Amino acid sequence: MKFVRAQDLREAGVLGVNQRNCDFIMRLNPRSLYPRVDDKVITKGLALAAGMAVPELYGIISNQGEVHAFGDIVADRQSFVIKPAQGSGGDGILVITGRSKRKRELFRLSSGVLISRGEIAHHISNIVGGQYSLSGNRDKALIEYCVNFDPVFTELSYQGVPDIRVIVYRGYPAMAMVRLPTRASDGKANLHQGAVGAGVDMSLGQTLTGVLDDEIVDEHPDTGALVSGLQIPHWDFILQTAARGYEVTELGYLGVDMVIDKDLGPMILEMNARPGLNIQIANCEGLSKRVARIDEIFDRDTSPEKRASIARREFPAERQTSIHFDQ
Amino acid sequence: MKQQYVFGLAAFLAIVGLSVFMYKWQALDFPATRNQETSVWTIESSIHFDSGPGSIKVNLLIPTLTPGFRMLNENSVSRGYGFSLNYGSGGREAQWAIRRADGPQTIYYRISVYEDQGLRQSDTTPPFPPPPVINEPFRTAVEVIVAEVKEHSADTASFTAELLRQMNDPSPDPNVELLLSNASTRAEFVDSITTILASARIPARMVHGFELQGRQRSAEPVTWLEVHDGERWRYFDPMSGEENLPERFLVWWRGNEPLVNVEGGSNVQVEFAVQENHLDAVVIAETQAAQQGASIIDFSLYSLPIQTQTVYGVLLMIPIGALIMVVLRNMVGIDAFGTFMPVLIALSFRETKLFWGVMLFTLLVALGLSIRFLLDRLRLLLVPRLSAVLIVVVILMLLISLISHRLGMETGLSVALFPMVIIAMTIERMSVVWEERGAADAMRAGLGSLVVAIVAYLGMGLAWLEHLIFTFPELLLVVLSFVVLAGRYTGYRLLELSRFKALSGQ
Repeated sequence: MKFVRAQDLREAGVLGVNQRNCDFIMRLNPRSLYPRVDDKVITKGLALAAGMAVPELYGIISNQGEVHAFGDIVADRQSFVIKPAQGSGGDGILVITGRSKRKRELFRLSSGVLISRGEIAHHISNIVGGQYSLSGNRDKALIEYCVNFDPVFTELSYQGVPDIRVIVYRGYPAMAMVRLPTRASDGKANLHQGAVGAGVDMSLGQTLTGVLDDEIVDEHPDTGALVSGLQIPHWDFILQTAARGYEVTELGYLGVDMVIDKDLGPMILEMNARPGLNIQIANCEGLSKRVARIDEIFDRDTSPEKRASIARREFPAERQTSIHFDQ
Repeated sequence: MKQQYVFGLAAFLAIVGLSVFMYKWQALDFPATRNQETSVWTIESSIHFDSGPGSIKVNLLIPTLTPGFRMLNENSVSRGYGFSLNYGSGGREAQWAIRRADGPQTIYYRISVYEDQGLRQSDTTPPFPPPPVINEPFRTAVEVIVAEVKEHSADTASFTAELLRQMNDPSPDPNVELLLSNASTRAEFVDSITTILASARIPARMVHGFELQGRQRSAEPVTWLEVHDGERWRYFDPMSGEENLPERFLVWWRGNEPLVNVEGGSNVQVEFAVQENHLDAVVIAETQAAQQGASIIDFSLYSLPIQTQTVYGVLLMIPIGALIMVVLRNMVGIDAFGTFMPVLIALSFRETKLFWGVMLFTLLVALGLSIRFLLDRLRLLLVPRLSAVLIVVVILMLLISLISHRLGMETGLSVALFPMVIIAMTIERMSVVWEERGAADAMRAGLGSLVVAIVAYLGMGLAWLEHLIFTFPELLLVVLSFVVLAGRYTGYRLLELSRFKALSGQ
């Protein structure tokens, strides 16, 4: 294990966990606002009220007695997602992408594995029982539209749905990355589960190098495709939607997770009050400098659209190309 | 603003904690290190006599100035007697009085002392004694001896030594023989020497005391000679003439007055018994402080019942474990299950000792984890499944105990001391992480928990630290101030220096 000097990191503007918790989360994110992002049912409601696009909700199962209603909620739908309302870090999410042709009671996971209706019901029971909730309390299970993701990412993901994480600081998009599922991450787009994170040039909306387990990578480990240089569609809209997340949640340090549906365009999947710090590695850049710049130009009365365009103007990628070719 | 509050609070806590600590340590002499035991000597004098028809008054000379010893406490046991302490010409006197008593009487006086080499109570400088009135033929004999000894001496000390040499000569001078003709006991011998010294205008007196060693059922007071040389009192062995005092010599009374005086009683007998106890230095410091009226002592943990003390001995180390936890998680950045689970695991290691603790814990978690995966196939709901894991853990503990007992490894029995709820929770948390994030993450967090638990165990097991915290619980305020400060630590965690190495700008 190699260590570097703390001073080098400070000069590079790297944000550490302690500073994130102390200076950002505790200062900018009042506890009382947490349910807005921790409970996906509330998040969805707020986002819908603000006119933002979210995956359609098929139904909610909020106690053990309703688990059997799962069949009615799903009806004949071929694909759907089951997730805990208060899950953390992508735990407990089940992505059903299809059904067995002959036996309707068998469902196909994104990995291709077939599972029975009983196993799904058990999973829902676990969710309702609180196994995946942040607090360990009883929880609700959401059954919602399974995003049919835009083919732009096909080459760069191994099953699952790649998503775009935007860090929004006091309403200004500060940094972004694309999270690409791998075989190791089991189709999930969470970095700590083994997904690849690719930094994004804020001004162009193009991917930079990726990060896998805290190491910089150029290629997707499963598909072998080059991670960098991919143009993300609807980039303006994505940044505007992320910026609007601040108005919806009022959280000053916010992670907005979005997906791009082939037909419906970018949608908010969830928001996070404690977004992780690996995004810095993916972008080869520390957050502190951008945050300081936002503090300089902060203006309470700017519209989300204006803030998104400011982010595009202020935060072009600096170092990634050189690093890319150095390696 | 808030930052200043935090620093202010931390500084306040640390100052309060440290100043109370310094006061107790320096001013009240609480021992900062462990196992400082002090020998405490209890000398009990019992006075037996037969009561007469009228009122009875008993006077007993008791220790006043005891060079090299400090008094811990004293008390008297007597039935129906009024008790008082007075100062007489020879020092302190205990007095018992009763209007009427029947039959044989016994009165006890007991004093506990401990050695304090630094103790040199100020004694008065006596005036030159007046020349004693001595009848002939002794008068001439004394004068001759004084004149002869003066010839062979330079100062008070050498005069005394020479006098004692002559007095102890096996083939004595006729004058000496004459003077000693009436001295049958050691006390009378010393008494006559003080008379001779008084004739030479040298202040001298008898001291009576005990050489304290081990346990003595009946101790006899030994008489010693004390001579003042104008600056301080010097002690002489009346038999050998050497200037010294026996080791651990407790001076009981001085002068030639009788030790005990009973009015209205007969057949007086005085017996002494000596006993040595080892008392914790803490107790002595507390008694001492209580005598000085330091109210801080009322809140000492040593005033609690012993059983409660043992509990607090363990409880008070938990903050240390928490501090270690804070450092390892927030400053080093080690992943662990739960917030305080590792500290609780460390607590159970106290009973099993480290090696067996780690072995048994690993074994239990590994077994429990495999059972948990079996249970998973049954698709139980969360709470029943947790309960099932708990029951399985209990059964596993039982099995481990039984098997290890069969194999003659008694350490296996200590598995019962593990908090099984903690183990069940660890198993559950680990299996969830295992399923959701893979074996690597589960192993890493499990290992992290174990590492934190081991470090916490080692930290909480430091004997000197345990003593320090138990004797000076106010140090917990210092721990608290550290934790408060750590709560505002926004620097990098140690492991982040590796995690973000790609960003270091090189």
